Amino acid sequence: MSRTYLPLWITFALVLLMFGAGASQFDGFTSLRVVTNLISDNAFLLVTALGMTLVILSGGIDLSVGSVIALSGVAAALLIGPYQWHPLLAFALIVPCAALFGAGMGALIQYYQLQPFIVTLAGMFLARGVATLLSEESVAIEHPFYDAVAEFGLELPDGGWLGATSLLTIALVLLMLVLTHYSRFGSYVYALGGNSQSAQLMGVPVARTTILLYASSSMLAAMAGIIFSFYTYSGYALSAVGVELDAIAAVVIGGTLLTGGSGFIIGTVLGVLLMGLIQTYINFDGSLSSWWSKIVIGGLLFFFIALQKLLSKDLFSKKWQSKAGGKA
Amino acid sequence: MTNETTVLNSTQSDQLKAARQARYSPGQSVHQFSLYLYPLLALALLLLVNLLLDPQFFSLQWQDGRLYGPLIDIVNRSAPVALLAIGMSLVIATGGIDLSVGAVMAICGAVCANLLVLGDWSIPAVIGLAVLTGLGCGLLNGFMVSYLGIQPIVATLVLMVAGRGVAQLLNQGQIVTFQNPDFAALGSGSFLALPVPVWLVLLALLMMQLLLRRTALGLFIEAVGCNAKASRYLGIDDRGIKLTVYLLAGGCAALAGIIATADIQGSDANNAGLWLELDAILAVVIGGAALTGGRFSLPRAVIGVLIIQALSTTIVVSGLPSKFNLLIKALVILLVLMLQSELFRNQLKTLFSFGKLRGGKA
Repeated sequence: MSRTYLPLWITFALVLLMFGAGASQFDGFTSLRVVTNLISDNAFLLVTALGMTLVILSGGIDLSVGSVIALSGVAAALLIGPYQWHPLLAFALIVPCAALFGAGMGALIQYYQLQPFIVTLAGMFLARGVATLLSEESVAIEHPFYDAVAEFGLELPDGGWLGATSLLTIALVLLMLVLTHYSRFGSYVYALGGNSQSAQLMGVPVARTTILLYASSSMLAAMAGIIFSFYTYSGYALSAVGVELDAIAAVVIGGTLLTGGSGFIIGTVLGVLLMGLIQTYINFDGSLSSWWSKIVIGGLLFFFIALQKLLSKDLFSKKWQSKAGGKA
Repeated sequence: MTNETTVLNSTQSDQLKAARQARYSPGQSVHQFSLYLYPLLALALLLLVNLLLDPQFFSLQWQDGRLYGPLIDIVNRSAPVALLAIGMSLVIATGGIDLSVGAVMAICGAVCANLLVLGDWSIPAVIGLAVLTGLGCGLLNGFMVSYLGIQPIVATLVLMVAGRGVAQLLNQGQIVTFQNPDFAALGSGSFLALPVPVWLVLLALLMMQLLLRRTALGLFIEAVGCNAKASRYLGIDDRGIKLTVYLLAGGCAALAGIIATADIQGSDANNAGLWLELDAILAVVIGGAALTGGRFSLPRAVIGVLIIQALSTTIVVSGLPSKFNLLIKALVILLVLMLQSELFRNQLKTLFSFGKLRGGKA
């Protein structure tokens, strides 16, 4: 078993273990319905985490995604409600706008050499601020299109049901899989995360890649916001608070190295599934309180970070170690 | 002095070197003065705007042996974030960051509230235990950063995620309230005309300033922040230093948690200290510290906190709806960030000196 894949295998084993634990204790845990619910309940987190994976692979971080989710939800609700736009038209405006927002953050990071952490923190306040400005109250969405989407889906045996949002999420996962692992852009991202200076010298278009990277992260977050609006039939400026932390946690649990340059999209999918399974287990149990999920996820985070440290110590020798310890 | 110069040589920036020398050699206080100038100017400007909006803004009332007034409100409300910012300054000076302070506040608040509800604990014991809890959290962060070599953002993210869960576990998911006038005085009482939290901040500031600037500790922290490896070769225990700053940040967060809990006479695990870590980081950055580490100033960080609080007050006083709060804050962060970037400063200089418009990003 190669070392690169070890965190991936451990996450996979934990997913199986968690599923096995649930299946052995509760009737109905093994049904296809639980699995499809797992996907549809975590669809927006998964889509967000896909973009976060890309950003973290490049050695950056994006704290603004939660706010972008809220902003796109509010914008969609307002355009569809008071402004009477067709939802598809509204989405067609929101997603490119989010891409521009992300590109702006990427440009600040690239050209002014500012830290991704603080730039996206400002972006987080900005997006949340704009969302609050648009509407302080929750805006309900009522449109025949939303009803049609809610009814559309794939009927599976055993009570399983893949709704439109789940199908969209699966399509996005496949797209990101190809983009990250089988495209030139993907290899640029990995090169950047490995060492941006070397990448520059090798002829990687660092500036373009960085800007595209943050643009796609914000774009995916906007899509996640749209998916989120299909759950709640509304847009609310204070929704999705802290989703950025869940997304980062999922990426780390999925085995992606936080210093960049190593990780897999499929790991992130497993990370989100594992976090979702923990929540499902707690729901099935009924006696465990929801705060346990936070504690368990914190513990898992610690475990995977320590594991990464252990593995990378041997992989990159001491030089890397001191670099990682030094700067935020 | 020779040790110091070697550390400084390892950083490329001559400017930084000059700044450092100005700070440690007497008689060159002009430069240091200019470091304070801009934050103080910004604060004065904000207060002036408030005065124009509300002529009563600077008025102070004397009532029941205590001063009341908008200015006192600003200082009092800044107290928890000011304590966090003092700890955060040190962490940022080593090139790190501590995202967990808000969650640590929640944990320490929960510890206080639950012990007080139990009833048979004296107040010094409750405070002592809460501070110990905060120090324990800091120890965990510091251990992960310095001895496991984990990136600070991630190491402290663990406690940020898990910490609120722990606090909820202590509170059993409830908001725990208590009746204890003596403890509540820590948050809402007054002493010598000023609110107690303000005194606590001043005390913490004074103690920390003495600890850092009258011993070599402050210098060591900056050396580690400039170049951890170089300072290790000089014989500075860089890991120990990092551990210490996270420990101190945990202690400060505990104090902030105690004040917040005493103020509302209860512990709300979900909302205590929520997002205050971001305010604290922002305050430190406004105070002129670079997130890459290497320099810090506790008084300037506290001025940064006052600026943030004064800004929120200005928004309220000016009659703008509070929904503008976040947006304006975001724009201020962006402005401060841009001013820290050398490229942007140069662009501004060209803009002003030649009157030539040189827009564009590259």
